[in-house]
Amino acid sequence: MTVNTLEVKNLSLAFSMYDKGFVRRELKVISNLNISVSEGEILAVAGSSGSGKSLLAHAILGILPNNAVISGEMLWYGEPLTLKHQRKMRGRELTLVPQSVTYLDPLIRVGRQVSRNKATVHKLFDRYHLDGGVARQFPHELSGGMSRRVLISAATSGNPKLVIADEPTPGLSLHLAEHAMKHFRELADNGAAVLLITHDLELAIRFADRVAVFYAGTTVETANASDFADENALRHPYSRALWRAMPQNKFAPTAGTQPYAGRLPDGCLYAPRCALCTPECKAAPPESRIIRGGEVSCYHAD
Amino acid sequence: MRIEARNIVFGYDKSHNILDGVSLAVQSGERVALVGPSGCGKSTLSQILAGNLRPKSGTVFFDDKPLPERGFCPVQLIYQHPEKAINPRWKLGKTLTEAWDPDDDFLSALGIEKAWLNRYPAELSGGEMQRFCIARVLSPQTKFIIADEVSTMLDVVTQAQIWDVLLRVAKERNIGLLAVTHSVELAARICPRLVEFASL
Repeated sequence: MTVNTLEVKNLSLAFSMYDKGFVRRELKVISNLNISVSEGEILAVAGSSGSGKSLLAHAILGILPNNAVISGEMLWYGEPLTLKHQRKMRGRELTLVPQSVTYLDPLIRVGRQVSRNKATVHKLFDRYHLDGGVARQFPHELSGGMSRRVLISAATSGNPKLVIADEPTPGLSLHLAEHAMKHFRELADNGAAVLLITHDLELAIRFADRVAVFYAGTTVETANASDFADENALRHPYSRALWRAMPQNKFAPTAGTQPYAGRLPDGCLYAPRCALCTPECKAAPPESRIIRGGEVSCYHAD
Repeated sequence: MRIEARNIVFGYDKSHNILDGVSLAVQSGERVALVGPSGCGKSTLSQILAGNLRPKSGTVFFDDKPLPERGFCPVQLIYQHPEKAINPRWKLGKTLTEAWDPDDDFLSALGIEKAWLNRYPAELSGGEMQRFCIARVLSPQTKFIIADEVSTMLDVVTQAQIWDVLLRVAKERNIGLLAVTHSVELAARICPRLVEFASL
Protein backbone atom coordinates (compact mmCIF):
# COMPACT_ATOMS: atom_id res chain seq x y z
CA MET A 1 0.00 0.00 0.00
CA THR A 2 1.22 3.48 -0.73
CA VAL A 3 2.03 5.72 2.19
CA ASN A 4 0.21 9.02 2.59
CA THR A 5 2.90 11.66 2.79
CA LEU A 6 0.40 14.27 3.84
CA GLU A 7 -3.17 14.02 4.90
CA VAL A 8 -5.35 17.00 5.68
CA LYS A 9 -8.60 16.22 7.49
CA ASN A 10 -11.46 18.64 8.09
CA LEU A 11 -9.19 21.64 7.99
CA SER A 12 -10.81 24.96 8.76
CA LEU A 13 -9.07 28.27 8.71
CA ALA A 14 -10.33 31.64 9.84
CA PHE A 15 -8.80 35.05 10.21
CA SER A 16 -9.60 36.89 13.38
CA MET A 17 -10.18 40.54 12.66
CA TYR A 18 -11.26 43.64 14.53
CA ASP A 19 -14.60 44.75 13.26
CA LYS A 20 -15.57 47.91 15.12
CA GLY A 21 -13.60 49.03 18.15
CA PHE A 22 -12.65 45.98 20.16
CA VAL A 23 -15.28 43.70 18.68
CA ARG A 24 -13.53 40.76 17.09
CA ARG A 25 -14.98 38.56 14.44
CA GLU A 26 -13.73 35.53 12.62
CA LEU A 27 -13.69 35.44 8.86
CA LYS A 28 -13.82 31.85 7.72
CA VAL A 29 -11.82 31.25 4.56
CA ILE A 30 -11.37 27.47 4.55
CA SER A 31 -13.98 25.04 5.86
CA ASN A 32 -13.99 21.23 6.13
CA LEU A 33 -11.23 20.73 3.64
CA ASN A 34 -9.89 17.24 2.99
CA ILE A 35 -6.96 16.22 0.82
CA SER A 36 -4.29 13.57 0.89
CA VAL A 37 -1.23 13.06 -1.24
CA SER A 38 0.95 9.97 -1.20
CA GLU A 39 4.48 9.04 -2.22
CA GLY A 40 4.90 9.00 -5.97
CA GLU A 41 1.77 10.99 -6.60
CA ILE A 42 1.00 14.37 -8.13
CA LEU A 43 -2.18 15.84 -6.73
CA ALA A 44 -3.44 18.86 -8.60
CA VAL A 45 -5.51 21.40 -6.73
CA ALA A 46 -7.78 23.28 -9.10
CA GLY A 47 -10.74 25.51 -8.52
CA SER A 48 -12.08 29.00 -8.41
CA SER A 49 -9.92 32.05 -7.82
CA GLY A 50 -9.95 32.99 -4.16
CA SER A 51 -11.01 29.53 -2.99
CA GLY A 52 -8.15 29.23 -0.49
CA LYS A 53 -5.66 27.23 -2.55
CA SER A 54 -2.64 29.31 -1.58
CA LEU A 55 -3.80 29.51 2.02
CA LEU A 56 -3.78 25.72 2.16
CA ALA A 57 -0.17 25.74 0.97
CA HIS A 58 0.77 28.28 3.60
CA ALA A 59 -1.05 26.29 6.30
CA ILE A 60 0.90 23.14 5.42
CA LEU A 61 4.17 25.06 5.65
CA GLY A 62 3.16 26.88 8.83
CA ILE A 63 3.73 30.34 7.38
CA LEU A 64 0.29 31.86 7.91
CA PRO A 65 0.00 35.27 9.57
CA ASN A 66 -0.53 35.40 13.34
CA ASN A 67 -4.23 36.15 13.22
CA ALA A 68 -5.00 32.85 11.48
CA VAL A 69 -7.00 30.33 13.51
CA ILE A 70 -6.64 26.73 12.34
CA SER A 71 -8.69 23.71 13.33
CA GLY A 72 -8.68 20.18 12.00
CA GLU A 73 -5.85 17.75 11.44
CA MET A 74 -2.74 17.71 9.31
CA LEU A 75 -0.84 14.41 9.32
CA TRP A 76 2.69 13.91 8.01
CA TYR A 77 3.31 10.18 7.42
CA GLY A 78 0.50 9.53 9.90
CA GLU A 79 1.95 11.76 12.64
CA PRO A 80 0.52 15.18 13.51
CA LEU A 81 2.36 17.92 11.68
CA THR A 82 3.39 20.39 14.37
CA LEU A 83 4.96 23.81 14.06
CA LYS A 84 8.23 22.37 15.33
CA HIS A 85 8.15 19.79 12.55
CA GLN A 86 7.27 22.37 9.95
CA ARG A 87 10.14 24.62 11.02
CA LYS A 88 12.59 21.77 10.84
CA MET A 89 11.46 20.43 7.49
CA ARG A 90 10.50 23.42 5.41
CA GLY A 91 13.03 24.31 2.79
CA ARG A 92 14.40 20.77 3.02
CA GLU A 93 11.85 17.98 3.02
CA LEU A 94 8.89 20.30 2.62
CA THR A 95 9.37 22.89 -0.12
CA LEU A 96 7.30 25.55 -1.80
CA VAL A 97 7.34 27.03 -5.27
CA PRO A 98 5.69 30.33 -4.33
CA GLN A 99 3.03 31.95 -6.44
CA SER A 100 4.61 35.36 -6.61
CA VAL A 101 8.05 35.99 -8.06
CA THR A 102 8.63 38.55 -5.30
CA TYR A 103 9.60 35.71 -2.93
CA LEU A 104 13.21 35.90 -4.15
CA ASP A 105 15.53 37.92 -1.93
CA PRO A 106 16.35 41.04 -3.96
CA LEU A 107 19.80 41.43 -2.42
CA ILE A 108 21.19 37.95 -3.00
CA ARG A 109 22.40 36.56 -6.31
CA VAL A 110 19.90 33.96 -7.53
CA GLY A 111 22.38 31.09 -7.72
CA ARG A 112 22.96 31.22 -3.97
CA GLN A 113 19.23 31.32 -3.34
CA VAL A 114 18.82 28.02 -5.16
CA SER A 115 21.64 26.16 -3.43
CA ARG A 116 25.07 26.79 -1.91
CA ASN A 117 26.41 23.91 -3.93
CA LYS A 118 27.49 25.33 -7.28
CA ALA A 119 27.31 21.99 -9.05
CA THR A 120 23.66 21.58 -8.02
CA VAL A 121 22.83 25.07 -9.24
CA HIS A 122 24.57 24.40 -12.51
CA LYS A 123 22.72 21.13 -13.02
CA LEU A 124 19.31 22.64 -12.28
CA PHE A 125 19.84 25.76 -14.37
CA ASP A 126 20.99 23.61 -17.23
CA ARG A 127 17.82 21.61 -16.99
CA TYR A 128 15.69 24.77 -17.12
CA HIS A 129 17.67 26.29 -19.99
CA LEU A 130 18.98 29.09 -17.83
CA ASP A 131 22.30 30.47 -18.90
CA GLY A 132 25.35 29.86 -16.68
CA GLY A 133 25.59 33.62 -16.05
CA VAL A 134 22.10 33.78 -14.58
CA ALA A 135 23.36 32.34 -11.26
CA ARG A 136 25.37 35.52 -10.74
CA GLN A 137 22.49 37.86 -11.51
CA PHE A 138 20.17 39.55 -9.05
CA PRO A 139 16.39 38.92 -9.14
CA HIS A 140 15.56 42.30 -10.71
CA GLU A 141 17.61 41.39 -13.77
CA LEU A 142 15.41 38.40 -14.58
CA SER A 143 12.19 38.27 -16.61
CA GLY A 144 9.00 36.79 -15.12
CA GLY A 145 9.54 33.44 -16.78
CA MET A 146 13.18 33.26 -15.66
CA SER A 147 12.31 34.06 -12.03
CA ARG A 148 9.68 31.35 -12.17
CA ARG A 149 12.30 28.82 -13.30
CA VAL A 150 14.69 29.93 -10.54
CA LEU A 151 11.94 29.40 -7.95
CA ILE A 152 11.23 25.92 -9.28
CA SER A 153 14.95 25.10 -9.19
CA ALA A 154 15.20 26.27 -5.59
CA ALA A 155 12.27 24.12 -4.45
CA THR A 156 13.64 21.01 -6.13
CA SER A 157 17.32 21.42 -5.26
CA GLY A 158 17.39 19.10 -2.24
CA ASN A 159 15.55 15.84 -1.81
CA PRO A 160 12.10 17.08 -0.93
CA LYS A 161 9.47 14.64 0.29
CA LEU A 162 6.67 17.05 -0.52
CA VAL A 163 6.84 19.82 -3.10
CA ILE A 164 4.03 22.34 -3.03
CA ALA A 165 3.96 24.21 -6.33
CA ASP A 166 1.67 27.23 -6.13
CA GLU A 167 0.86 28.30 -9.70
CA PRO A 168 4.30 27.46 -11.06
CA THR A 169 3.58 28.02 -14.75
CA PRO A 170 2.17 31.50 -15.57
CA GLY A 171 4.61 33.43 -17.73
CA LEU A 172 6.17 30.23 -19.02
CA SER A 173 5.67 29.13 -22.60
CA LEU A 174 3.86 25.84 -23.06
CA HIS A 175 7.16 24.14 -23.78
CA LEU A 176 8.77 25.33 -20.53
CA ALA A 177 5.64 24.58 -18.54
CA GLU A 178 5.64 21.01 -19.81
CA HIS A 179 9.31 20.81 -18.95
CA ALA A 180 8.59 21.80 -15.34
CA MET A 181 5.73 19.30 -15.19
CA LYS A 182 8.00 16.50 -16.38
CA HIS A 183 10.46 17.42 -13.66
CA PHE A 184 7.70 17.16 -11.04
CA ARG A 185 6.73 13.79 -12.50
CA GLU A 186 10.33 12.63 -12.17
CA LEU A 187 10.48 13.76 -8.54
CA ALA A 188 7.26 11.88 -7.86
CA ASP A 189 8.56 8.75 -9.56
CA ASN A 190 11.52 8.93 -7.17
CA GLY A 191 9.20 8.85 -4.16
CA ALA A 192 8.28 12.47 -3.53
CA ALA A 193 4.73 13.74 -3.28
CA VAL A 194 3.76 16.80 -5.31
CA LEU A 195 0.91 19.18 -4.60
CA LEU A 196 0.31 21.19 -7.73
CA ILE A 197 -1.88 24.25 -7.27
CA THR A 198 -2.98 25.56 -10.64
CA HIS A 199 -5.61 27.27 -12.77
CA ASP A 200 -4.35 25.51 -15.82
CA LEU A 201 -6.71 22.55 -15.85
CA GLU A 202 -5.39 21.26 -19.12
CA LEU A 203 -1.86 20.90 -17.77
CA ALA A 204 -3.16 19.46 -14.49
CA ILE A 205 -5.16 16.78 -16.26
CA ARG A 206 -2.21 15.76 -18.40
CA PHE A 207 0.39 15.48 -15.66
CA ALA A 208 -1.37 14.88 -12.34
CA ASP A 209 -2.69 11.58 -10.99
CA ARG A 210 -5.65 13.06 -9.17
CA VAL A 211 -7.34 16.44 -9.15
CA ALA A 212 -8.88 18.04 -6.05
CA VAL A 213 -11.49 20.62 -6.98
CA PHE A 214 -11.82 23.55 -4.56
CA TYR A 215 -14.75 25.89 -4.24
CA ALA A 216 -15.10 28.69 -1.66
CA GLY A 217 -12.54 27.13 0.69
CA THR A 218 -13.64 23.53 0.64
CA THR A 219 -12.97 20.44 -1.46
CA VAL A 220 -16.05 19.58 -3.47
CA GLU A 221 -14.53 16.65 -5.30
CA THR A 222 -11.34 14.65 -5.63
CA ALA A 223 -11.34 12.88 -8.97
CA ASN A 224 -8.88 10.84 -10.97
CA ALA A 225 -7.26 13.01 -13.62
CA SER A 226 -8.65 10.69 -16.28
CA ASP A 227 -12.22 11.52 -15.15
CA PHE A 228 -11.78 14.93 -16.74
CA ALA A 229 -11.85 13.32 -20.18
CA ASP A 230 -15.62 13.11 -19.92
CA GLU A 231 -18.10 15.43 -18.24
CA ASN A 232 -20.25 12.52 -17.05
CA ALA A 233 -17.35 10.83 -15.26
CA LEU A 234 -17.15 13.85 -12.93
CA ARG A 235 -19.23 13.80 -9.79
CA HIS A 236 -19.80 17.32 -8.51
CA PRO A 237 -21.82 20.00 -10.37
CA TYR A 238 -18.97 22.50 -9.94
CA SER A 239 -16.40 20.11 -11.44
CA ARG A 240 -18.76 19.69 -14.38
CA ALA A 241 -19.11 23.46 -14.65
CA LEU A 242 -15.30 23.70 -14.80
CA TRP A 243 -15.22 21.06 -17.51
CA ARG A 244 -17.87 22.84 -19.56
CA ALA A 245 -16.09 26.19 -19.18
CA MET A 246 -12.78 24.98 -20.65
CA PRO A 247 -12.17 26.63 -24.04
CA GLN A 248 -11.47 23.26 -25.66
CA ASN A 249 -14.79 21.88 -24.41
CA LYS A 250 -17.89 24.09 -24.45
CA PHE A 251 -16.61 27.43 -23.12
CA ALA A 252 -19.93 27.68 -21.30
CA PRO A 253 -20.23 30.18 -18.43
CA THR A 254 -22.11 29.61 -15.17
CA ALA A 255 -24.07 32.51 -13.71
CA GLY A 256 -23.27 33.98 -10.30
CA THR A 257 -20.15 34.25 -8.18
CA GLN A 258 -18.45 32.35 -5.43
CA PRO A 259 -19.83 33.36 -2.00
CA TYR A 260 -17.66 35.83 -0.18
CA ALA A 261 -15.88 34.71 3.00
CA GLY A 262 -17.89 35.99 5.95
CA ARG A 263 -21.19 35.51 4.17
CA LEU A 264 -21.10 31.81 3.38
CA PRO A 265 -24.42 29.99 3.03
CA ASP A 266 -25.41 27.51 5.79
CA GLY A 267 -25.70 24.51 3.53
CA CYS A 268 -23.69 23.42 0.53
CA LEU A 269 -21.42 26.29 -0.56
CA TYR A 270 -22.23 25.72 -4.22
CA ALA A 271 -26.03 25.66 -3.64
CA PRO A 272 -26.69 29.29 -4.72
CA ARG A 273 -25.33 28.55 -8.24
CA CYS A 274 -26.30 24.91 -8.55
CA ALA A 275 -28.94 23.68 -10.99
CA LEU A 276 -29.54 20.56 -8.88
CA CYS A 277 -30.12 22.50 -5.65
CA THR A 278 -32.90 21.21 -3.37
CA PRO A 279 -34.03 22.33 0.15
CA GLU A 280 -31.78 19.66 1.64
CA CYS A 281 -28.71 21.33 0.07
CA LYS A 282 -29.57 24.66 1.69
CA ALA A 283 -30.07 23.14 5.15
CA ALA A 284 -26.71 21.53 5.88
CA PRO A 285 -23.42 21.00 4.05
CA PRO A 286 -23.12 17.53 2.49
CA GLU A 287 -20.65 15.01 3.91
CA SER A 288 -17.88 13.70 1.74
CA ARG A 289 -18.72 10.34 0.13
CA ILE A 290 -16.86 7.92 -2.08
CA ILE A 291 -18.52 7.43 -5.44
CA ARG A 292 -17.03 5.63 -8.43
CA GLY A 293 -13.54 5.76 -6.91
CA GLY A 294 -13.56 9.49 -6.17
CA GLU A 295 -14.54 11.61 -3.19
CA VAL A 296 -17.40 14.03 -3.59
CA SER A 297 -19.41 16.31 -1.31
CA CYS A 298 -22.83 16.50 -2.93
CA TYR A 299 -26.24 15.06 -2.03
CA HIS A 300 -27.08 14.47 -5.66
CA ALA A 301 -23.93 12.75 -6.90
CA ASP A 302 -24.33 9.17 -8.04
CA MET B 1 -14.86 52.51 -38.56
CA ARG B 2 -11.42 51.06 -38.11
CA ILE B 3 -8.36 51.38 -35.97
CA GLU B 4 -5.01 51.26 -37.65
CA ALA B 5 -1.45 51.35 -36.39
CA ARG B 6 0.99 52.50 -39.07
CA ASN B 7 4.74 51.86 -38.83
CA ILE B 8 4.91 51.97 -35.06
CA VAL B 9 8.43 52.18 -33.63
CA PHE B 10 8.91 51.93 -29.89
CA GLY B 11 11.73 51.15 -27.45
CA TYR B 12 12.45 51.88 -23.83
CA ASP B 13 16.09 52.81 -24.52
CA LYS B 14 17.72 54.57 -27.43
CA SER B 15 19.74 51.69 -28.82
CA HIS B 16 17.10 48.98 -28.91
CA ASN B 17 13.58 48.99 -30.32
CA ILE B 18 10.96 46.50 -29.15
CA LEU B 19 8.58 47.43 -31.94
CA ASP B 20 10.18 48.27 -35.26
CA GLY B 21 7.75 49.35 -37.94
CA VAL B 22 4.70 47.42 -36.78
CA SER B 23 1.42 47.90 -38.65
CA LEU B 24 -1.97 46.41 -37.82
CA ALA B 25 -5.58 47.24 -38.63
CA VAL B 26 -8.83 46.10 -37.01
CA GLN B 27 -12.31 46.87 -38.37
CA SER B 28 -15.20 47.60 -36.06
CA GLY B 29 -17.14 44.46 -35.33
CA GLU B 30 -14.06 42.37 -36.07
CA ARG B 31 -12.41 40.13 -33.47
CA VAL B 32 -8.69 39.51 -33.78
CA ALA B 33 -6.42 37.39 -31.55
CA LEU B 34 -2.78 38.42 -31.26
CA VAL B 35 -0.39 35.64 -30.27
CA GLY B 36 3.38 35.45 -29.79
CA PRO B 37 6.09 34.37 -27.34
CA SER B 38 6.42 36.20 -24.02
CA GLY B 39 8.49 39.35 -24.08
CA CYS B 40 7.97 40.01 -27.82
CA GLY B 41 6.08 43.28 -27.35
CA LYS B 42 2.41 42.32 -27.45
CA SER B 43 1.54 44.31 -24.33
CA THR B 44 3.60 47.28 -25.49
CA LEU B 45 1.69 47.36 -28.76
CA SER B 46 -1.60 47.09 -26.84
CA GLN B 47 -0.71 50.12 -24.76
CA ILE B 48 0.24 52.13 -27.85
CA LEU B 49 -3.01 51.22 -29.60
CA ALA B 50 -5.00 52.48 -26.63
CA GLY B 51 -2.99 55.70 -26.46
CA ASN B 52 -1.42 54.86 -23.09
CA LEU B 53 2.09 54.97 -24.54
CA ARG B 54 3.36 57.35 -27.20
CA PRO B 55 5.38 55.65 -29.95
CA LYS B 56 8.83 56.95 -30.99
CA SER B 57 7.47 57.23 -34.49
CA GLY B 58 4.40 56.08 -36.37
CA THR B 59 0.77 56.88 -35.64
CA VAL B 60 -2.38 55.16 -34.47
CA PHE B 61 -5.37 56.16 -36.60
CA PHE B 62 -8.94 55.92 -35.46
CA ASP B 63 -11.45 56.47 -38.24
CA ASP B 64 -8.56 57.76 -40.41
CA LYS B 65 -7.75 60.50 -37.88
CA PRO B 66 -4.98 60.28 -35.27
CA LEU B 67 -6.19 58.97 -31.91
CA PRO B 68 -7.68 61.86 -29.86
CA GLU B 69 -5.33 63.01 -27.11
CA ARG B 70 -8.02 64.55 -24.91
CA GLY B 71 -11.36 63.38 -23.66
CA PHE B 72 -12.70 59.85 -23.72
CA CYS B 73 -10.54 57.58 -25.85
CA PRO B 74 -12.71 55.40 -28.11
CA VAL B 75 -10.04 52.69 -27.91
CA GLN B 76 -10.00 51.20 -24.42
CA LEU B 77 -7.46 48.80 -22.94
CA ILE B 78 -8.19 46.08 -20.41
CA TYR B 79 -4.94 45.56 -18.63
CA GLN B 80 -3.22 42.27 -17.81
CA HIS B 81 -2.89 43.11 -14.10
CA PRO B 82 -6.16 44.53 -12.71
CA GLU B 83 -4.50 45.45 -9.42
CA LYS B 84 -2.25 47.87 -11.33
CA ALA B 85 -5.10 49.47 -13.26
CA ILE B 86 -7.30 50.52 -10.34
CA ASN B 87 -6.73 53.43 -7.98
CA PRO B 88 -6.03 51.69 -4.64
CA ARG B 89 -7.37 54.65 -2.65
CA TRP B 90 -10.76 54.80 -4.36
CA LYS B 91 -13.70 52.62 -3.53
CA LEU B 92 -14.62 50.53 -6.52
CA GLY B 93 -17.95 52.30 -7.01
CA LYS B 94 -16.06 55.50 -7.78
CA THR B 95 -13.66 53.71 -10.12
CA LEU B 96 -16.58 52.26 -12.03
CA THR B 97 -18.73 55.37 -12.33
CA GLU B 98 -15.78 57.51 -13.37
CA ALA B 99 -16.30 56.07 -16.84
CA TRP B 100 -20.07 55.60 -17.00
CA ASP B 101 -23.07 54.48 -14.99
CA PRO B 102 -23.91 50.85 -15.75
CA ASP B 103 -27.32 49.56 -14.64
CA ASP B 104 -27.88 46.68 -12.22
CA ASP B 105 -28.58 44.09 -14.91
CA PHE B 106 -25.27 44.83 -16.55
CA LEU B 107 -23.41 44.46 -13.25
CA SER B 108 -25.09 41.18 -12.39
CA ALA B 109 -24.30 39.80 -15.87
CA LEU B 110 -20.63 40.40 -15.07
CA GLY B 111 -21.07 38.85 -11.63
CA ILE B 112 -20.40 42.08 -9.74
CA GLU B 113 -22.13 42.23 -6.38
CA LYS B 114 -23.60 45.51 -5.19
CA ALA B 115 -21.70 45.24 -1.90
CA TRP B 116 -18.36 45.35 -3.74
CA LEU B 117 -19.00 48.93 -4.85
CA ASN B 118 -18.28 50.06 -1.30
CA ARG B 119 -15.03 48.15 -0.99
CA TYR B 120 -11.44 49.09 -1.62
CA PRO B 121 -9.48 47.14 -4.27
CA ALA B 122 -7.30 45.43 -1.63
CA GLU B 123 -10.41 43.72 -0.27
CA LEU B 124 -11.18 41.96 -3.55
CA SER B 125 -9.47 39.12 -5.37
CA GLY B 126 -7.80 39.60 -8.76
CA GLY B 127 -10.73 38.03 -10.57
CA GLU B 128 -13.20 40.30 -8.83
CA MET B 129 -11.17 43.39 -9.69
CA GLN B 130 -10.90 42.31 -13.31
CA ARG B 131 -14.70 42.30 -13.56
CA PHE B 132 -14.67 45.99 -12.63
CA CYS B 133 -11.98 46.74 -15.19
CA ILE B 134 -14.15 45.11 -17.84
CA ALA B 135 -17.38 46.81 -16.75
CA ARG B 136 -15.54 50.12 -16.78
CA VAL B 137 -14.38 49.93 -20.39
CA LEU B 138 -17.75 48.85 -21.75
CA SER B 139 -19.06 52.41 -21.70
CA PRO B 140 -21.31 53.35 -24.64
CA GLN B 141 -18.57 55.62 -26.02
CA THR B 142 -16.11 52.75 -26.45
CA LYS B 143 -15.64 51.65 -30.06
CA PHE B 144 -12.64 49.34 -29.75
CA ILE B 145 -11.41 47.09 -26.96
CA ILE B 146 -7.87 45.83 -26.51
CA ALA B 147 -7.92 42.86 -24.13
CA ASP B 148 -4.39 42.06 -22.95
CA GLU B 149 -4.36 38.60 -21.30
CA VAL B 150 -7.49 39.54 -19.41
CA SER B 151 -8.38 36.09 -18.15
CA THR B 152 -5.10 34.28 -17.39
CA MET B 153 -5.42 34.90 -13.66
CA LEU B 154 -8.96 33.52 -13.53
CA ASP B 155 -10.42 30.08 -13.14
CA VAL B 156 -12.05 28.69 -16.27
CA VAL B 157 -15.62 29.27 -15.10
CA THR B 158 -14.96 32.95 -14.46
CA GLN B 159 -13.03 33.16 -17.72
CA ALA B 160 -16.00 31.82 -19.68
CA GLN B 161 -18.35 34.15 -17.80
CA ILE B 162 -16.31 37.23 -18.59
CA TRP B 163 -15.83 36.39 -22.25
CA ASP B 164 -19.52 35.65 -22.60
CA VAL B 165 -20.34 39.22 -21.59
CA LEU B 166 -17.50 40.79 -23.55
CA LEU B 167 -18.42 39.03 -26.78
CA ARG B 168 -22.13 39.72 -26.35
CA VAL B 169 -21.61 43.45 -25.80
CA ALA B 170 -19.08 43.62 -28.63
CA LYS B 171 -21.61 42.08 -31.00
CA GLU B 172 -24.51 44.27 -29.84
CA ARG B 173 -22.59 47.50 -30.26
CA ASN B 174 -20.42 46.46 -33.18
CA ILE B 175 -17.24 46.96 -31.13
CA GLY B 176 -13.90 45.83 -32.58
CA LEU B 177 -11.79 43.57 -30.37
CA LEU B 178 -8.08 42.78 -30.25
CA ALA B 179 -7.34 39.99 -27.78
CA VAL B 180 -3.80 39.16 -26.67
CA THR B 181 -3.50 35.61 -25.38
CA HIS B 182 -1.14 32.68 -24.87
CA SER B 183 -3.87 30.11 -25.10
CA VAL B 184 -4.50 28.77 -28.58
CA GLU B 185 -7.77 27.16 -27.50
CA LEU B 186 -9.07 30.41 -26.07
CA ALA B 187 -8.05 32.34 -29.19
CA ALA B 188 -9.89 29.83 -31.38
CA ARG B 189 -13.01 30.28 -29.25
CA ILE B 190 -13.17 34.04 -29.24
CA CYS B 191 -11.62 35.24 -32.50
CA PRO B 192 -12.18 34.26 -36.13
CA ARG B 193 -8.90 35.95 -37.16
CA LEU B 194 -5.53 35.02 -35.65
CA VAL B 195 -2.45 37.21 -36.07
CA GLU B 196 1.08 36.06 -35.21
CA PHE B 197 3.05 38.92 -33.70
CA ALA B 198 6.14 37.98 -35.71
CA SER B 199 4.23 38.56 -38.97
CA LEU B 200 3.46 42.20 -38.20
